[in-house]
Amino acid sequence: MSKNINVALIGNPNTGKTSVFNQLTGLKQKVGNYPGITVEKKEGICKLPRGVKAHILDLPGTYSLNTTSLDESLVVELLLNKNDKDYPDVAVVISDVENLKRNLLLFTQIKDLKIPTILVVNMADRMDRKGISLDVGAMEKKLDTKIALVSTRKNTGIDHIKELIADYKSISSKPILDPTRISPEYFDRLKKTFPQEDLYKLWLVITQDVNFMPIEKKRIQDATDFSTKSKDELKKLQHKETVLRYQLINNILKETYKVDFMAAKGLRASLDKILTHKVFGYLIFFVILLTIFQAIFDWSGYPMDFIDEQFAMAAEWVKNTLPPGVFTDLLAEGIIAGIGGIVIFIPQIAFLFLFISLLEESGYMSRVVFLMDRLMRPFGLSGKSVVPLISGNACAIPAIMATRTIENWKERLITILVTPFTTCSARLPVYLILIALVIPEGSVLGLSYQALTLMLLYLIGFGMALLSAMVLNKILKIKSRSVFMVEMPTYRLPLVKNVVYTVIEKTKSFVLGAGKIILAISIVLWFLGSNGYSEDFQDADRIVTERIENEGLSTYSKNYIQNNVASYRESAEAEGLAPNALQDSIEVLTQELSERAVAQEIASYKLEHSYIGQAGKAFEPLVKPLGYDWKIGIAVLTSFAAREVFVGTLATIYSVGSDEEETIKNRMAAELDDDGNPLFNLASGISLMLFYAFAMQCMSTLAIVKRETNSWKWPMLQLGFMSVFAYIIALIAYQILI
Amino acid sequence: MATVADLRYGQKGIIKDFTEHILPIKLLELGCLPGNSVELLQIAPLNDPIYINLSGSHLAIRRSLAELIELEIIEETQAK
Ligand SMILES: Nc1nc2c(ncn2[C@@H]2O[C@H](COP(=O)(O)OP(=O)(O)OP(=O)(O)O)[C@@H](O)[C@H]2O)c(=O)[nH]1
Ligand SMILES: [Mg+2]
Repeated sequence: MSKNINVALIGNPNTGKTSVFNQLTGLKQKVGNYPGITVEKKEGICKLPRGVKAHILDLPGTYSLNTTSLDESLVVELLLNKNDKDYPDVAVVISDVENLKRNLLLFTQIKDLKIPTILVVNMADRMDRKGISLDVGAMEKKLDTKIALVSTRKNTGIDHIKELIADYKSISSKPILDPTRISPEYFDRLKKTFPQEDLYKLWLVITQDVNFMPIEKKRIQDATDFSTKSKDELKKLQHKETVLRYQLINNILKETYKVDFMAAKGLRASLDKILTHKVFGYLIFFVILLTIFQAIFDWSGYPMDFIDEQFAMAAEWVKNTLPPGVFTDLLAEGIIAGIGGIVIFIPQIAFLFLFISLLEESGYMSRVVFLMDRLMRPFGLSGKSVVPLISGNACAIPAIMATRTIENWKERLITILVTPFTTCSARLPVYLILIALVIPEGSVLGLSYQALTLMLLYLIGFGMALLSAMVLNKILKIKSRSVFMVEMPTYRLPLVKNVVYTVIEKTKSFVLGAGKIILAISIVLWFLGSNGYSEDFQDADRIVTERIENEGLSTYSKNYIQNNVASYRESAEAEGLAPNALQDSIEVLTQELSERAVAQEIASYKLEHSYIGQAGKAFEPLVKPLGYDWKIGIAVLTSFAAREVFVGTLATIYSVGSDEEETIKNRMAAELDDDGNPLFNLASGISLMLFYAFAMQCMSTLAIVKRETNSWKWPMLQLGFMSVFAYIIALIAYQILI
Repeated sequence: MATVADLRYGQKGIIKDFTEHILPIKLLELGCLPGNSVELLQIAPLNDPIYINLSGSHLAIRRSLAELIELEIIEETQAK
């Protein structure tokens, strides 16, 4: 059994590493641990000729092995650690044919680590347009490597990469630049002190702020017979190294790479004129955002209603088909209701990730960074914070990971702390269902009230993020120097494959990740809701029957019967049924309905006295001032695991407490408060929406913040502050509106 | 002494030899080396950041950084 070949895809940002990765691995990719994460490293398996397999690693882009931000150090850490399980047998440097010079800088550095290195020259389809010609054979000789000319867009050259990887043993691992040329005196001394070590690796360990296991920094600093150099002197040498490398590369390119500027044409200049324009730039950005929100609200409504109905039908079917018993109840009321609460998000999440990946793929996102940088600075943020703040609208977790590209620690920390205020897609189902319930239909200027409300909620989240950033900027006393630099890539039509994979992968990991939590919570809730220890619970049948005999049916049941009869009468009359026949059938129907109503009242009485009911009742005084009953209280409480649990929890609680299957929305609309008015009214609905807008209800986010800031202090601060703030705002809103 | 921050729309300059090593390495790696050309493409609202073409690399940098890069302006603004 031969082991898989370890391959690492390395290259400057935006050269097409992920595109090559997608081509090589297809959908055989492993997804990250947390929902939505793949910003770090992506792994996949690729089948090579002659039955060999390769384990492919997609890494974040880096300009060189001199790192300035966290995502870049990941690459250096991997390449310097021979013991890492992912340490590459062969490195594949992906370069962009338009920026070959700059890309080769990284190539020469990696080759100097004595790793067999293949050069992929990607975007070959753009050579004609840009008037570029390349002498591949000559370049292979000069660079002492093998080159694959590839276009992932046209799907050419991929097989060539596979062949080169399969044949990696024949690729030279001789270094290109002799490090002693950087400073003969200094490197000679290094060599004397550490005769065992590789000089270039030593040099990297000395100059980089990264943790390296095999050659510890400390050992070098402690070597007494070796006088270290000051930071300034080291930097000077790094400058020298860069100059030397560029000399080398220029000499090679002079003979192998030609650009005919006359033939070059591009959209960049004219598009940039408009898209980064002082006025139109913002206008366009705003219109794009507006379109996204309107689209999400309108388009995803249909599949969502459909899914909602399907799950209600499935539960009904299970109940009617399987023999009655505990298992059937668990399936219909616990599991199907719970899964329905997850699946219903898929349309929106897919849409959101679709839009975000389109913005990123097309190159537009960098323009937004450029436009927003100056505006963000008063808030202690950078233009680069805009990317996390926008993708936070899909999910805070990848958004917080995306802050890794921000070089300045203070700006990065603030971005991490405020990102959870942005409206992640887990809030969306809560908002959508509440908006549909409490916000009237109708429209102004072609925008529906409901869509406007949603838009407003997004703005509130974003505004709150900015506001708290401003406060944090004043409070936090962190000094850090930063170099803000963004590359503005050429505009490109998004690659369909990249977009599709991103959407599938992110949606999948979101559904699976959140799904596990929701499923577990649903089952626990169902169990707690169907069991109880009190006498009330055990004797529910008798107690409720007696009460109905004495006091009659509850308002809820009366409404229920009335509504059903009314709609029956309407349809029967439309069909032209004779008056006495109608009278008779209505009597039969009423009889049937009241039996059902009794059963329902027993079920809901039981629920109220079950474990969950008693816990909820104990908790009720806390949420009563916000306009919620104990069932909503439970849903809010379980939402602290993850917001998206809200709808699922209500679905589970309601279906335990009822006898028949209904869509979640209809159930919620039918809920009444103590006075017989709809429980979900404008006041309580808005109070709930505001609570969800501000509260920190996501354990995965807390975990990721802990990891990214390396301390519990920040996530705990977020949890405490955001939740208390949410409570206060929701309280105020309800008390004003009621 | 002229710096990148002094460039006007469409103007070009050639980076001067620098003796001080204050510039971040990353900038050098992106092509900010003596003798290379810089062209100003766009200025963001409120005059910051600026968008330049640094010998083929299209970058946005803040004005504070641009002020550190000395150059010789070679091309007057074309009529706009
Ligand atoms: N014209 C053309 N565009 C390409 C080709 N390959 C990739 N692209 C585009 O290049 C852009 C960047 O591709 P990615 O695969 O995301 O690049 P990456 O190197 O993974 O980028 P980072 O992860 O940000 O470092 C996308 O807009 C792609 O659609 C190609 O062969 N030809
Ligand atoms: Mg990538």
